[in-house]
Amino acid sequence: MQLYELTVGQAGKLLRRREVSATQITRAVLERIETCDPRIGAYLAVTADLALAQAEAADQVLARGEGGPLTGIPIAVKDLICTAGVATTCGSRILEHFIPPYDATVMRMLADAGAVMVGKLNMDEFAMGSTCEHSAFKPTHNPWRPGLIPGGSSGGSAAAVSADMCLAALGSDTGGSIRQPAAHCGVVGLKPTYGRVSRYGLVAFASSLDQIGPLTKDVADCALVLGAIAGHDPADSTSVPREVPDYTAFLETGIEGMRLGLPREYYTLEGLDEEVAAAVRAAVAKLKEMGATTVEVSLPHSAYAVAAYYIIAPAEASSNLARYDGVKYGLRKGDTDSLVEMYRQTRSAGFGAEVQRRILIGTYCLSAGYYDAYYRKASQVRTLIGRDFDAAFAHCDAIVAPVTPTAAFAIGEKIDDPLQMYLSDIFTLSANMAGIPGMSVPCGFTADGRPIGLQLLGRRFDEGTLLRLAYNFEQATDFHRRKPAL
Amino acid sequence: MPITRQDVLHVADLARLDLDPASIDAHVAQMAEILAYVAKLDEVDTTGVPLTSHASERTNAFREDEEQPGLSPERALSNAPGSEAQQFVVPKIVG
Repeated sequence: MQLYELTVGQAGKLLRRREVSATQITRAVLERIETCDPRIGAYLAVTADLALAQAEAADQVLARGEGGPLTGIPIAVKDLICTAGVATTCGSRILEHFIPPYDATVMRMLADAGAVMVGKLNMDEFAMGSTCEHSAFKPTHNPWRPGLIPGGSSGGSAAAVSADMCLAALGSDTGGSIRQPAAHCGVVGLKPTYGRVSRYGLVAFASSLDQIGPLTKDVADCALVLGAIAGHDPADSTSVPREVPDYTAFLETGIEGMRLGLPREYYTLEGLDEEVAAAVRAAVAKLKEMGATTVEVSLPHSAYAVAAYYIIAPAEASSNLARYDGVKYGLRKGDTDSLVEMYRQTRSAGFGAEVQRRILIGTYCLSAGYYDAYYRKASQVRTLIGRDFDAAFAHCDAIVAPVTPTAAFAIGEKIDDPLQMYLSDIFTLSANMAGIPGMSVPCGFTADGRPIGLQLLGRRFDEGTLLRLAYNFEQATDFHRRKPAL
Repeated sequence: MPITRQDVLHVADLARLDLDPASIDAHVAQMAEILAYVAKLDEVDTTGVPLTSHASERTNAFREDEEQPGLSPERALSNAPGSEAQQFVVPKIVG
């Protein structure tokens, strides 16, 4: 086994026994990036010097017999998480040369935990997209088959983990942007409960929906990384002062008697690919075999989730992205005497087509005369979607569903049809609307070898149940052990 | 009422965007399609349903009004396209 193939858990054991050094693992990962990334395009920046310095510091900590589960572990982060002194582009021309003067809280927490940052990962511009094709810099390819999308918007994160170009990664999820690429790349991804992880230093897309979370090679790693980044942060007033449990403790119990809800509306969706449906059904059968029980539940407002989301998210985005005006940071265009003309030229040159489209939709929905019909109505439907989940969780401990209607498709295939792209978020975006946690775990492959993910949704702050369920499923299957041939 | 070219240009103006002339027709068509799709929300009876503007369980987050460390002027200005004397430089605003 190569060092870059290690999981966080495996590497941690070897590091603490001093059988391998953080510097050795980091070098192996950096070499792996050099070998594979030209074909995949997961990284926007590789921070080799910083990584080796952090690895050396970690080795000193480990030599003293100190350090925790992430000490010396090479991790990469989506390029919308602010890293002091390291460019944070959001996949956008408008932030191409932006060097944050401060670290996001999650970066500070990872650094405190002794993790090694190896680089910044590609994404759809401002996290708006499901394919990574909307990066202003380059597409990312799916490691399972270059030429296919890796998913998005955290496509670089999922591809890097899948291709062993980091041991774990951070992404962000506003409507499925961790879970969907995790499913397409055959890795584990978790969107925590809204408020579980600080958003301070996460460049905002839709503030009421955004959440940072881990993408990892297995479920135990997911528990370790979540434990390192979860917690209250006074700098994010929406983060919640609740105790952070030891998430690895949830992995120790079985799923005997656990009640799994199967949403009727999800399993009967027109457009759900037969191979995806079959893999998810087989996973449910496996979980029943292991002692779980199933109950059909209903999420009656599912049919309206995409419509409500594609009002609320663009509305918030249009407001959040008003800050990119060429004054305080980022691109400035226009050698002009007019401030407004400078704004217009800067924003028009700096934002790509999908970002402009969402700003237009959001601005329209918030503009005079349309607010009640769009934003207000969508926010009411959001309440009903939340109530649907509350009602469902009265009958079950977790909801089991597909992540995506289809497996990964070809780069370029859907780029000209935004509405079709939006509709593919049907299974994931309701969790963001309701603020509940959601997870994707590998549950199979299509006949032609594309990964399929199983989605687990839980009650607010009940990440533990999802991890327990996912871990038990993973132990009983070997989908997570299969690797793309690179 | 379907969205018109004039509506799209008005919204672009509000958002301080100059749309690429070659892309305007596509924007009009795509926005029309998206808005026609989201109009399905009209089917939902939302009488008396409160709005959800966020999914946090917190309402207000207070702290003592004490001085906190912040960015120095130099660091705050470190990404500015133009700065002078600890201030952002912008094109002339008042004529």
